[in-house]
Amino acid sequence: MTNPGLRRLLRSPSALAGAALTGVFLATALLASWVAPYDPVAPAPDLVLQAPSWGHLFGTDELGRDVLSRVMYGSRISLEVGAIAVAIAMMAGTVLGLIAGFNGGTWDALIMRGTDVLLAFPGILLAIAVVATLGPSLANVMIAVGIGAVPVYARTVRGSTLSVRQMEYVEAARAAGATTGRLIGRHVLRNILGPIVVLATLGVGINILIAAGLSYVGLGAQPPVPEWGAMLSGARQYLRDAWWTAVFPGLAITVAVVGMNLLGDGLRDALDPRMRV
Amino acid sequence: MVGYTLRRAGMTLLVLLAVSVLVFLMSHLTPGDPATIMLGENASTADVLRLRHELGLDRPLPAQYGRYLINALRGDLGRSIRSGRPVAGEIWERFPPTLQLTLAATALAIAAGVLLGALAATSRNRMVEALLMSASLVGISMPSFWLGLLLILLFGLALRWLPIAGGSGWQALVLPALTLAAQAAAVLARLTRASLLEVLPSDYVRTARAKGVGSRRVLFHHALRNALIPVVTVIGLQFGGLLGGAVIVESVFARSGLGRLAVGAIQARDFPLIQGIVVFAAAVYALVNLSVDVLYLALDPRISYD
Repeated sequence: MTNPGLRRLLRSPSALAGAALTGVFLATALLASWVAPYDPVAPAPDLVLQAPSWGHLFGTDELGRDVLSRVMYGSRISLEVGAIAVAIAMMAGTVLGLIAGFNGGTWDALIMRGTDVLLAFPGILLAIAVVATLGPSLANVMIAVGIGAVPVYARTVRGSTLSVRQMEYVEAARAAGATTGRLIGRHVLRNILGPIVVLATLGVGINILIAAGLSYVGLGAQPPVPEWGAMLSGARQYLRDAWWTAVFPGLAITVAVVGMNLLGDGLRDALDPRMRV
Repeated sequence: MVGYTLRRAGMTLLVLLAVSVLVFLMSHLTPGDPATIMLGENASTADVLRLRHELGLDRPLPAQYGRYLINALRGDLGRSIRSGRPVAGEIWERFPPTLQLTLAATALAIAAGVLLGALAATSRNRMVEALLMSASLVGISMPSFWLGLLLILLFGLALRWLPIAGGSGWQALVLPALTLAAQAAAVLARLTRASLLEVLPSDYVRTARAKGVGSRRVLFHHALRNALIPVVTVIGLQFGGLLGGAVIVESVFARSGLGRLAVGAIQARDFPLIQGIVVFAAAVYALVNLSVDVLYLALDPRISYD
């Protein structure tokens, strides 16, 4: 990161707020087993659907489990799903984008038409089609959401590679006898990291939303896993008597994604102001 | 313009053809044999082999795809494993409620997004602008199914103004449409604001003001007209998001529709039905985007693709 970029990031109150929220989210995910007051999956039949109290700040669910503890463990699952899906999309998309942008010609045309096909699936339908192929499970949701995001990375990396490829220092390195691998690794990749980091930060939030949605309709995490989307799905039928089972997991998703979005926007402004909409 | 439209339509057809290959291959990558799934685990080997022959599953993959494509072009998408009914019939039956929900949400998202975006761009009160932009950030970050549950809690259970599940008539459409529209409205509000902020300092806007045109007329007649051009493209893309989002919103409100059909089909591993729904939704989305691109040309005569 360049110094002016870091300064811009540190001067933006919204980016700092985003970093703070993301920090709380990360800390909760990492420390869940130490800070959660109760076991997130063990049922407690005598504590079923209890309203929020000092003993159970977020109340209890239909099996008597502490909602706060489940929300805390849920942050671990959401972070895992969001990060792994981003890693899949980022790796596949970056490799494809580099090949397309650096080689051009047939490879470029093939890869770009491939992304056109993936982008032809509306909304979360591609993820649904992948889950349909692999079967409903949390691991398959990560793969599905990751594949769905590949075209965005591939296109962004291709665009950045095309512009970097023309630069004089790349020409100079090529003239000096640098191999293609060295050109890509040392000169091209290093200069297109900004847009990749921005996409990844914004992508974690989006992936958390999609994965929670798939779990909500029963295609992702299966009970008793304390996943936020699956928790909301279970809460739907107790809405009349136990609002807290629906309110807190949803609030957790929203706060986590707001944090990632604010941080992502701040990083974009700091690293690559041209991407700003 | 005719040349561009034809070229664009040709590209759309090619992409849809590729989508059909991909979806066809997906069903062949799934674990388990469709004939065994259809007949159940206890079926005899002879029965499974006979059904495999009837379905054409014993033929080479390219031949199977050829047959699938020819049948699909005739409107025959195969039979549902679960119900035994034609897939095309099931989709056609469940599409109207989903289309109704998606169109209602699109209309709501455009109206709210453009109005709020214009308000944020023109408001002299920094608080109003900050409030609107924060609301749009929350709108983008909030899962639709949670918003749906909150609306059910407030308008269905606490105030008892609107039905909370199923039903017909406009009352049953209000909460699902609001739920589905929120995220798209937030995106459109941000885009309208950004686009208007670029257009407002233009010479023609200044000229209109200098001629004494009222501020409302300058905004709606001069500035917004040009600011909305990029917004139109995004509306096409948002329609796809809304069509996909309907899958989840239909589950929240227990509404009959394509989304719930898809979720049921995945849980029952009903591949012909899943294939049919995915290809159908991609075709609808492709047609909407094609129309938006052509409309874009008509809206902005400065753009020429020829």
